Amino acid sequence: MAKLRLEPFLWLLFSGGGVFAALMMPVLLLLFGLAFPLGWIAPPGYAHLLAVLSHPLTRLVLLALCVLSLFHWAHRFRYTVVDAFKVKHLSMVITPLCYLVAIAGSVVAAYLIWRVP
Amino acid sequence: MSAGGTHTHNPRALQPTVSRGWWLERGSYFMFMMRELSCVFVAWFVVYLLLLVRAVGRGEAFYQQFLQRSAEPGIVLLNFISLLFVVYHTVTFFNLVPQVMVVSAGGKRVPGSLIGASHYAAWAVVSAVVAWVLLGG
Repeated sequence: MAKLRLEPFLWLLFSGGGVFAALMMPVLLLLFGLAFPLGWIAPPGYAHLLAVLSHPLTRLVLLALCVLSLFHWAHRFRYTVVDAFKVKHLSMVITPLCYLVAIAGSVVAAYLIWRVP
Repeated sequence: MSAGGTHTHNPRALQPTVSRGWWLERGSYFMFMMRELSCVFVAWFVVYLLLLVRAVGRGEAFYQQFLQRSAEPGIVLLNFISLLFVVYHTVTFFNLVPQVMVVSAGGKRVPGSLIGASHYAAWAVVSAVVAWVLLGG
């Protein structure tokens, strides 16, 4: 019963994470994953990036992006593993494990974002 | 005759069998699985982003070290593949939105194409703002 009531909430987190990741990740990945490392664009200087990261609004958006994306991953990954490998009998293990990883990741994200001076 | 168990009256015998590699059997199944798999790359990028945040939090030397590591061929390749998957996630997610989101204005239902288009517009605006903030404003 508890699981039934939790499901819409988990779906909402999945959906919210999907939107956040869809809007923000391509540009961030393009810049920090390819454009800066490959020298297409000069990376931001340390002082500027520190100023951006220490702004409360940036911290808030970044935390939301990380937490919601992790729950998006957990929700999708548990179904993917169960469907792709046909291991429905293991879903009682896979499902809580996925959400536990998402919760642990969220705590780490909050700590790291908080620690930026 | 009885090899498949079809002549028994056991209802379990009627359960369809799906092969383990079912998602490799059709292009559409495969693309569905790729869409689902995109979440792994979303998760990887969260890890990558947090490594960047940690480096910046520790100091300038760590930030420079992060930039050096991010240029290693293996990391660049992983991020290139991740970008493909993340963009595929964005496109499939936005194409789904008009089907699950019903918006009405003035008593009329807003057409799905408009809702979809507004999400793509939001994507462009958010990307521009993020780039502008990061590249010096």
